[in-house]
Amino acid sequence: MKKKILAIIVAVLMMATLFAACNGSENSGELKPIAKEDMKIGFLYIGDIGDMGYSFAHDQGRLALEEAGYETVYVENVPESSDCASRIRDLIENDGCNVIYATSYGHWPYVVEVAKEYPDVYFGHATAGSEILAENLPNVTTYMGAVYESRYLAGIAAGLETKTNKIGYVAAMALPEVVRGCNAFTLGVRSVNPEATVEVIYINSWYDPTAESAAATTLMDNGCDIMAQHCDSTAPQTAAADRGLKSIGYNSPTASFNPTSYMTAPLFHWDVFYLNDVNSIVDGTWAPRNYWEGLDAGMVDLDECINMADSTKAAIEEARAKIVDGSLYIFSGEIKDNKGEVKVAAGEKMAAEDIWGMMWNVEGVIAG
Amino acid sequence: MIDFLLDQLAPFLQTALRMGSPILIATLGGIICEKAGHLNLGVEGMMLMGAITAFMTAYNTNNIFLTLFAAGMAGLVGALIYAFITVTLRANHTVTGLVLSIFGAGYATYIGSTSAVGKSIADKTNVVNAIQDIEIPYLSDIPFIGPVIFGQSIYFYLGIAVAVIMYLYLKKTKAGLNLRMVGENPGAADASGINVALYKYIHILAGGFLCGIAGSFYSIKLVRTWTSGPTAGDGWIAVALIIFATWNPLKAIFGSFFFGVFKGLQFKIQNVALPVIGTIKPQYLEMLPYIMTVVVLVFIAVKKKRENQPPNALGAPYFREER
Repeated sequence: MKKKILAIIVAVLMMATLFAACNGSENSGELKPIAKEDMKIGFLYIGDIGDMGYSFAHDQGRLALEEAGYETVYVENVPESSDCASRIRDLIENDGCNVIYATSYGHWPYVVEVAKEYPDVYFGHATAGSEILAENLPNVTTYMGAVYESRYLAGIAAGLETKTNKIGYVAAMALPEVVRGCNAFTLGVRSVNPEATVEVIYINSWYDPTAESAAATTLMDNGCDIMAQHCDSTAPQTAAADRGLKSIGYNSPTASFNPTSYMTAPLFHWDVFYLNDVNSIVDGTWAPRNYWEGLDAGMVDLDECINMADSTKAAIEEARAKIVDGSLYIFSGEIKDNKGEVKVAAGEKMAAEDIWGMMWNVEGVIAG
Repeated sequence: MIDFLLDQLAPFLQTALRMGSPILIATLGGIICEKAGHLNLGVEGMMLMGAITAFMTAYNTNNIFLTLFAAGMAGLVGALIYAFITVTLRANHTVTGLVLSIFGAGYATYIGSTSAVGKSIADKTNVVNAIQDIEIPYLSDIPFIGPVIFGQSIYFYLGIAVAVIMYLYLKKTKAGLNLRMVGENPGAADASGINVALYKYIHILAGGFLCGIAGSFYSIKLVRTWTSGPTAGDGWIAVALIIFATWNPLKAIFGSFFFGVFKGLQFKIQNVALPVIGTIKPQYLEMLPYIMTVVVLVFIAVKKKRENQPPNALGAPYFREER
């Protein structure tokens, strides 16, 4: 009996020292500036970089870092499950990464989990701003592009170019990011064409070419003559081109795919954030923040405008200049929702956190 | 009422039938394979192999016949791997089929990301025009039916033709009878002098060929640029439809367009307030075809009607020595 107790005590002691040793060796416990040549940056993508959409755009940002002389690695098809945590650990322990960027919303709980284990590693997480900030971790920052500003400009193009005053919008899911983008788009449309409406169909998937095509065709059957989208394939643009109608893309420049019908697309320039962030790690000024920048920082943009009147291009440029210099604030009153209720009173500006969590549709949006 | 039919229902059905066309072809590929007694869950994989091959062939040759043939051959190669493992090596069908699906997706993604990303076939006009919706002269002028049935692409007509031919083949020819025997009772077929392995190989490969052609629809008609995984799970719908159609090619026509209708319906009515019930959440409509599949499964299990049953030896590896 005594021997058994002794054995247990010895075992516990051994475990304890083992853990202590592990902790001691892996975690120096605090963030230190990292020299450019010592830095290794790991990226986690939800899809593969051939999606010509979201992961592709992030990978363009990674390539910009490579070009600037940083060493990077990436993992594709990282699911939003505990698998994500093991991929991050793998990047840190086996690839020697000391900076991690996770790019999909659902990666956030695993970023938080692993960030607590490695306080000396820098983490960045895209799109889950409020969730990450609520955790208040010293080594995790959050970033996103205010792409709704680009969508507002795209809306101006649609509003001026439509002839039927009906614009179709193929949307992925009813989440604040999508609703906010659609609202900004609609405000853009109605800033130049108060008669026009934006009809939205949700396909309940980020990527499903069959559904995207069917939704676009349905919208065109309903009389829409311009297609816009917040989903990841080019199927809505192809469907519009087949009917000789115009379209607005998303995420990546796809003019060459439908050269006669493509008008423009709201884009991200993730490299703006990535370069900014790693430079601050090098010079030691890095701190957790909620990076949510738009047109003025160059974080988002509108693709080159084609297949539209010169007057339309001029209207877009004018609005862009106003957004950049701050004289145009997109969500300022009076804004009604699509049931007629005043949501933002005249003269008021919507606060950033209200814009972030927006779940109601502005007047002019037709959505179920 | 007439206006409603012409303006709303006709374009809706046209879209539904267009969406159902590739699913029909893939379902037929699955049926012919399962009739040989081989449960093939690799439909999605073979479709993806067809999709990437079609895209690359269209990009490089701008020839529609070569494109469709190459897509079919890609599916056939996938089926050949499956056939070798399940017929010759007698491995488990379910596992092999799942592996084929994963392999096909990986193959398409690999080829796609190394050589197809960022390319477009929008300027390959021979291919693009050949698969556009064609309005058949005179027939497409018939009110209502005209645009719905005679305003479709070659995928639709191909699907219908293959379904009819396959039905006649299974019911009316000696080879079809032999095939059904192989699927029902390979031991008895073997005893009566039928070359069981040959029959299995030929029909599994034919099924793969059809699945490959079905896959080409997504990459060269629907998207026209390469994005990974363009079928987005439609191959799995085809697997469900094989059961839904109770292994009957003619019912597969009905089944796949039924799926197309429901897929289209969730977009058509999500913004429409219906009398009494109001707006329906699209998620419920999306569920409907799958619920129907379960209902059909229960129905055929309970009714035990002989012609609605799966091939008796479906999924069972055939060991000649164990007859």
